[in-house]
Amino acid sequence: MGYFIEQLINGLSLGSVYGLIAIGYTMVYGIIGMVNFAHGEVFMIGAFHALITYLLLQTLGVAILPVAIIIVLVVSVTLTATYGWAIERIAYRPLRGSFRLAPLISAIGMSVFLQNYVQLLQGARPKSIPPIIQGSLHLFEGEDFSISISYLRLFIIIATVILMIFFTLLITKTSLGRSQRACEQDIKMAALLGVNVDRVISITFIIGASLAAIAGLMFMFFYGVVDFYMGFIAGVKAFSAAVLGGIGSLPGAMLGGLLLGVIESLFSGYFSVEYKDLAAFSVLVLVLIFRPTGLLGRPEVEKV
Amino acid sequence: MDTTLSKSSSPSSLAKILGDSAIMSLVGGILGFLLIGFKTEARGINLELDWRLSQVLALVVFVFVGRLCLGLRQFHHRLPAIFLAGVVSVYFVIGLLLTEMYGFSDLPLPYIDNKLNWMTAAIYMGLVMYLAATYRLKKVAREKKIVPPTSHPKIYLSPIFRWMIAIAVLFILISLPFLSVIDRRYLNILTQVLLYVVLAWGLNIVVGLAGLLDLGYVAFYAVGAYSYALLSQYYGFSFWLCLPLAGLLAGGFGVMLGFPVLRLRGDYLAIVTLGFGEIIRMILVNWYQFTGGPNGLNQIPKPSVLGYVFEEPKGQGNTISEWLGLSYSSEHFYIFMYLLILVIAMTVLWFVKKLRRLPIGRAWEALREDEIACRALGLNPTNVKLAAFATGAMIAGVAGCFFAAYQGFISPESFTFMESVTILAIVVLGGMGNQLGIVLATVILIFMLEFRDLEQFRMLALGGLEVFIMIWRPRGLISRRYPTIFRRFASPPFSLNAR
Repeated sequence: MGYFIEQLINGLSLGSVYGLIAIGYTMVYGIIGMVNFAHGEVFMIGAFHALITYLLLQTLGVAILPVAIIIVLVVSVTLTATYGWAIERIAYRPLRGSFRLAPLISAIGMSVFLQNYVQLLQGARPKSIPPIIQGSLHLFEGEDFSISISYLRLFIIIATVILMIFFTLLITKTSLGRSQRACEQDIKMAALLGVNVDRVISITFIIGASLAAIAGLMFMFFYGVVDFYMGFIAGVKAFSAAVLGGIGSLPGAMLGGLLLGVIESLFSGYFSVEYKDLAAFSVLVLVLIFRPTGLLGRPEVEKV
Repeated sequence: MDTTLSKSSSPSSLAKILGDSAIMSLVGGILGFLLIGFKTEARGINLELDWRLSQVLALVVFVFVGRLCLGLRQFHHRLPAIFLAGVVSVYFVIGLLLTEMYGFSDLPLPYIDNKLNWMTAAIYMGLVMYLAATYRLKKVAREKKIVPPTSHPKIYLSPIFRWMIAIAVLFILISLPFLSVIDRRYLNILTQVLLYVVLAWGLNIVVGLAGLLDLGYVAFYAVGAYSYALLSQYYGFSFWLCLPLAGLLAGGFGVMLGFPVLRLRGDYLAIVTLGFGEIIRMILVNWYQFTGGPNGLNQIPKPSVLGYVFEEPKGQGNTISEWLGLSYSSEHFYIFMYLLILVIAMTVLWFVKKLRRLPIGRAWEALREDEIACRALGLNPTNVKLAAFATGAMIAGVAGCFFAAYQGFISPESFTFMESVTILAIVVLGGMGNQLGIVLATVILIFMLEFRDLEQFRMLALGGLEVFIMIWRPRGLISRRYPTIFRRFASPPFSLNAR
């Protein structure tokens, strides 16, 4: 029982990371209908930005942990969001209206480019740092087992909840969110009605990259290991999460992420650690076979 | 329009050019600030930062000047643009020559790594060439009022002439390994080129003809290679039995994977194949009792011909050299493998050429252009796509079987995602759907791979190239991508690039 709940909490914190990345996939897919393969790489770059900023602050002697975390957050989100914007501007915008495969191939090219760019600049070896937040909170003391949650996991889960509330308000209440929803429904009609579509798409990429950067930061704090290849697997898993939740649906992405995190950590807890990536992939294939619209997605209607 | 712009462009346009360049270099600086400006180095158990902010500054200046040149060109100040780019590249080239030849070490070149300096110089030289080329073209076009042709004129060759060319090329290809100038190393490169050509032709069916993006293509290649290695190791199957078997197995995997996914939108296929490629590699690495794990399998038997083997003669009369009455040389095996891959390549070429004229080939191309119309005309999209996907996988399986026999050992290292990206880059560069373009692209890329010094920049360049080709020439370097049925017209009767 204790082991199970431990795995569950582990899965929830891992799932928060997947969910935050998955939102970037699902938003872009909802608006321009393409899979942004470079999104996993944006996550990786976010983690690297967080790592370098953290080390820089250490060198400069900023000792108070909450201040350091906030500075790391702001810097890494700003710089990574610039990457998101630049990727859209360079690799996707010129291809709008090209044939169907063009943006996909361009996205794969971008993904490979960014991976090797980081490898070239920062070296191929994994970078590891000692744990930053230590200690844990005891939730329950039983006779034969006890349940505790580390402050780090608590931080990740709470931060994700706050982000989700903020994000939901952004989409439902602001004019920006309204134009985003309009573009999602019908991009041509939105343009005719005076929505600045280019701007909305740019902002979508910026928001997606910001959330990926936060996910990268959490991942860096959680595992303490960052390498140039981590965006690849995380990207595939986050995409699986987006499909599981129903691609195009924002709450779906978060739900899918949490579910996938829990499935993965239970799988590696009870069956096999080596094959844990297989779990996410099987979920993807099973969902595609039995429920292609996902848990919360709408069926897609193709028009001529 | 040109003249009015260039006349009224003095102060305000200059400010705009400078502003644009400043913004772009600022963005470049922001992008590079942390990743270029600091390098994380592990020292002992600690991670430390090396500062190299001067490199960021160099990047900012580099972007600013480059954008300035393009901006000047945009507003028809072409001579200053060429002059500026020329000065920068001459500065770099002279500086680099002095450093490399005479050992000057304190020249003010921006990057510590001289490869980056060479790269910068090359980019600026490319810029000069681009500016010069467009300069000439524009001038001619304006004076003579030449309208650029909307479609390429088709070169007409009579069928007999075509056959003559084909036979001549084939003759040259067959005689190549027997020439004395071609030694082991060149023979190896030629075999590699042909192997990649076969792989790319297979992927071309999926990506170029059927318009499906397959990012785990290398997984089928791995299935082919491992099925030969394992079947010969555990059951003693011969190469000639395994060659078709590997194709069938890989094709079977293709059907299994494609069936659930191909019913859905095309984008899902890309990500599922991407995941599948990783899964296959993961299984190969982790299931070490069966597949040899990360060390792979070695001592894969060489193919034999009619029972004669490629070995040093031991007086039993069962080796190739005794059979043919030649003195033994290890080169015979490589010549044989080259000829074998040539035969495989020609078969694939012929096979794909035939397929394109059959209803199924036409259906692939029709589906690529408009899926809904196809469905309305009674085609079953899933089956048609599945056929393309399985055919591509089958060709990859055959190529994999050849690869295992040629190398003699295989390991998961040979089947990474980067390999898929390389093959995809060949297809994209050659022009999707274009068989000849793919051959040219393979030759270019394999020669690029031969420059060992630039190894680290290789994948970077490939990724960048895919983006660049999609934006600049989405149909490949030399290609037109019309459905085969329109080949008999000089130009397509209506625009096909609408979407």
